[in-house]
Amino acid sequence: MSSESSPIAALVWTFGLMSLFAVGGANSAIPEMHRAAVDVHHWLTDKQFADVFAISQLSPGPNVLIVTLIGYSVAGVAGALAATVAMCGPTALLAYYVSRFLDRSRDARWPAIIQAALVPLSIGLMAASGLIVAQTSDQSWIAVLITIVAAALAFATRINPLWMLLAGGLLGFAGVV
Amino acid sequence: MPPESPPVAAPAPDASAPPAPLQPGLLELFLAFAKMSLAGFGGVLVWARRSIVEQHRWMTAEEFNETFALCHFLPGPNIVNLSVVFGSRFRGIAGGLAAFAGLVGPPMVIATILAALYARYGDIDVLRRTLAGVACAAVGLLFAVVLKMMMPLLKRRDVTGLVILATVFVAIGLIRWPLQIVLLVAIPLSIATTVLARRMVKA
Repeated sequence: MSSESSPIAALVWTFGLMSLFAVGGANSAIPEMHRAAVDVHHWLTDKQFADVFAISQLSPGPNVLIVTLIGYSVAGVAGALAATVAMCGPTALLAYYVSRFLDRSRDARWPAIIQAALVPLSIGLMAASGLIVAQTSDQSWIAVLITIVAAALAFATRINPLWMLLAGGLLGFAGVV
Repeated sequence: MPPESPPVAAPAPDASAPPAPLQPGLLELFLAFAKMSLAGFGGVLVWARRSIVEQHRWMTAEEFNETFALCHFLPGPNIVNLSVVFGSRFRGIAGGLAAFAGLVGPPMVIATILAALYARYGDIDVLRRTLAGVACAAVGLLFAVVLKMMMPLLKRRDVTGLVILATVFVAIGLIRWPLQIVLLVAIPLSIATTVLARRMVKA
């Protein structure tokens, strides 16, 4: 099904399937997106993937919109639309039916257990995401330092993260990174 | 943005016993989710909570937590799931679609424009350098979220949780195994240990 003949079909198939395995949200799906987009389909280079990640963090809206950017680079506006709908549609439908089912049954025990069980998985996935993007973006000591400072500030203070992204951009613009 | 206080102010400022819950219309759902989405740089959840619970009072804090927990345990982008579940609770499928369209539509247009700009100008050196700098900071933010989410596990000394966390990190981040395979093993394992741990606490 993942034939190279139609890039739109490949996008829909890749992200539609991925959405059902994206435990813990868009950020934990990044390793799989990287594998699919860079290693399997060669839609993007490593560097382009890091850029696309940066753009998606810089723009407003849910983080899942990184798939919009990947879709666009594969097949233009149609690709952007197809990738986004494929990534959001299946799980949205699933959420709709599960929520209606749970509203009727009202047994909140299993959701709580499953959720508790998924927490370490999704943290592990997000850490892997960080590592994979960092391997491309942090090519110098200064770059590593920026990452560490941004992480420390975001962890310990309530500064709006947008300022850290802008500061990173400025340092890059100035040619420091 | 003019402060849109709820149409009829609740009798008590702190809604411990809220009056009949306000019923948002389709357009209201679309606009509310579009607003929180466009305000949400690097994550919409904070804004969603502020809008739904504090500003519009469409849900109590507890109802919101329950709904979000459900969306967190389902796969896929949590906040997208939340929009559908939330919208459909008030206005059926049409409501779910309206909230979904509000959440994803406007930022998707922005993302598409940015993607087009990147495709055209991405090779310009200044832009490449700038984006490289942004990427460094963005990864840092991601690590900060990871640390924040790990704190409860560390405080509880949840060894099995931390082992599972580390195993997934190694399998996906270092060995680069495909996600599906890792999850098919890790999810049942993690559920089993969670159930076991809860039994032991009870016993």
